Amino acid sequence: MSYLTRRALVKGGTAVAAASVLTGPALLEWAKAWAQNAPWKPEKGAKLSMLRWKYFVQAEDDAFVKLVEAFSKATGVPVEISRESYEDVQPKASVAANTGTGPDLFWGLYSLPHLFPQKCMDVTDVTDYLGKKYGGWVESAVQYGKSGNKWICVPICYSGNMVNYRLEASKKAGFSKIPDKTDGFLEYAKAMKKNNTPGGFALGHASGDGNGWVHWCLWSHGGNTVDKADKVIINSPETAKALEYAKALYAEMIPGVASWNDASNNKAFLAGEINWTDNGISIYVAAQKDPTKKNIAEDMDHSFWPTGPVGKPTELHLMYPVLGMTYTKYPQACKALMAFMLEADNFNPWIESAQGYLTHCLNAYDKNPVWTADPKRAPFREAAKRSLTAGGLGSVGEKAATAIADFVVLDMFANYCTGREDVKGSIAIADRQLKRIYR
Amino acid sequence: MAIALDSRPMRDVTAWNQLKTNRNWLAIWFMLPAAAFLILFLAYPLGLGVWLSFTDARLGRDGIFVGFENYEYLWEDSIFWLSVFNTLLYTSVASIIKFAVGLYLALLLNERLPFKAIIRAVVLIPFIVPTVLSAIAFWWLFDPQFSIISWSLKKMGLITANIDFLGDVWNARWSVIFANIWRGVPFVAITLLAGLQTVSPSLYEAATIDGATTWQRFRYITYPLLTPIIAVVMTFSVLFTFTDFQLIWVMTRGGPVNATHLMATFSYQRAIMSGYLGEGAAISTAMIPFLLGAILVSWFGLQRRKWQQGESND
Repeated sequence: MSYLTRRALVKGGTAVAAASVLTGPALLEWAKAWAQNAPWKPEKGAKLSMLRWKYFVQAEDDAFVKLVEAFSKATGVPVEISRESYEDVQPKASVAANTGTGPDLFWGLYSLPHLFPQKCMDVTDVTDYLGKKYGGWVESAVQYGKSGNKWICVPICYSGNMVNYRLEASKKAGFSKIPDKTDGFLEYAKAMKKNNTPGGFALGHASGDGNGWVHWCLWSHGGNTVDKADKVIINSPETAKALEYAKALYAEMIPGVASWNDASNNKAFLAGEINWTDNGISIYVAAQKDPTKKNIAEDMDHSFWPTGPVGKPTELHLMYPVLGMTYTKYPQACKALMAFMLEADNFNPWIESAQGYLTHCLNAYDKNPVWTADPKRAPFREAAKRSLTAGGLGSVGEKAATAIADFVVLDMFANYCTGREDVKGSIAIADRQLKRIYR
Repeated sequence: MAIALDSRPMRDVTAWNQLKTNRNWLAIWFMLPAAAFLILFLAYPLGLGVWLSFTDARLGRDGIFVGFENYEYLWEDSIFWLSVFNTLLYTSVASIIKFAVGLYLALLLNERLPFKAIIRAVVLIPFIVPTVLSAIAFWWLFDPQFSIISWSLKKMGLITANIDFLGDVWNARWSVIFANIWRGVPFVAITLLAGLQTVSPSLYEAATIDGATTWQRFRYITYPLLTPIIAVVMTFSVLFTFTDFQLIWVMTRGGPVNATHLMATFSYQRAIMSGYLGEGAAISTAMIPFLLGAILVSWFGLQRRKWQQGESND
């Protein structure tokens, strides 16, 4: 019953959306008009190259290519797109920044621009233009986008990381949904393991899923790596409480999570081995696409992260900013493309094609039908609004980026959960690393 | 007058000629391309790496000279020492087993076997497969949920739960060592086989006539004559193993909780992933003494006649 309703909704939603989407000649006409009125006029003979993270959803990339083609036709600026897995964009961008040659634009992971803020183009005019036109930026995007008073990147979208869970198994364990408090969630994990339907969070070096859950755990218990002035405050009773909670939770997880990378939980969930985990919407999308996994798509849902003793959401979602390098010969063309990407006529169909994988950072896009077509996607709409930034209380600069890239918090939790170190030892290691990063 | 006129141009020519035709200079001209190549692609990067380790360079930004600051930090960094321990364990265990299995295989392949050529080719397969591919295959074999090893053992009723190959500290270490051995054995085996074939059969014939047992023939003929090859092969094997990167990076990324971080992967983690170029360079530089040690052992070993010509001929 619910199945039919949802399918009908999906179909209805797509139809409505399709009607409003510009395609073919109409898109080109619109793009041409846009190019004439846009504040940024590409330089004569400009051509751009962009390195972006490799898509998770093929349809998203197709829509993106279409968008870029329209841009090229309207402005006469050819754009060469290359793709790397999202973890590899960072080293490439760093090397490009270091050597002063490489793609003009990089579209990478959340803190990327802050690794070399002085090599990023000032794009304040672009973000002002977009912010005014589309209902303003969400709070976390402002923090990610700005270095000092200027914007050094354009926040394009978030990739939400939410709790994924199986409905039937949860019901059997006495839960109709994921509890909204951390204590309740621990009870949930216990009940699930008791029923032999356990779940798990990645404790290996998983940039997305691993960092996602340990930061939630740390922050929800009031722990923080640094305070507002970037002073290291990891050594606190709150951190110890977070570690104790994580260890209790770890005991209820399926064995092997210490070796999990970002792909492991997807595999295990789709194989029915685990019944709860944290992930983007990719498990759901993959299950929908695969006829043999339809039952999993029907029997799963997504949930916000439970709130801890601090009493408010403490989630960490991945942000994807696009930045222009200062060494580019065509800064106006770069800015034009950045602005073009986020214009409603481009952005709406593009984010819709991502099927919930990506969440907008501009408030006006809350209305996109992608969020209402399928209620199971709804939690992901809030990802950008609920997300804290990489540094927690502290600055979102390169120090926070380094701490995350070096898995300081993740290793602290892994050290304690796997019994390698006691509470004091694991905190001391993290404390020492953080003090060096934040000196 | 005529003599004086003749002698002046002669002197000019001689000066240039010396550079052009003098045998010692000629050698230098011929070596120049090779030297330039080595300096540009080996000495310069090595020197730059060592220099970086004395700076606080970060990705995207030049550093300033900080002396031994990076090394001082690493000296008290428990993860660094863990990576040193892992590297030494990984190298020593894997090298010893690779040597033992490789030698055994070489001796076996040196016997008269049916389909000898095909078997020798097959032995090389692990070495031919790109490391990343074999690493991915092992990653699946050792998966905590989908391991075929766990699955088979469970079906046979030997275990009840999946083996946590890469999630448990020691399991993970043995697993990556096993993968490295699997990959490294063919190199040792085939090279030793080549060495075995240079041993003259007449020595074995003479020994057999003298009534030597199989073990004695191996101990007093094969082993001494094989020593120089063993020294070379094991030096290479130790160097390859010590600097291994791909296997670890694909299978564990240094996890769980840094239990399989080798110095090479740890250096990459710090230098490229986290952007601490100076510190990463310091970790790489710290590998040099170990590598030099391995090279020196075999270098001095090869100089000794005992190694070259057998036991008692020192």
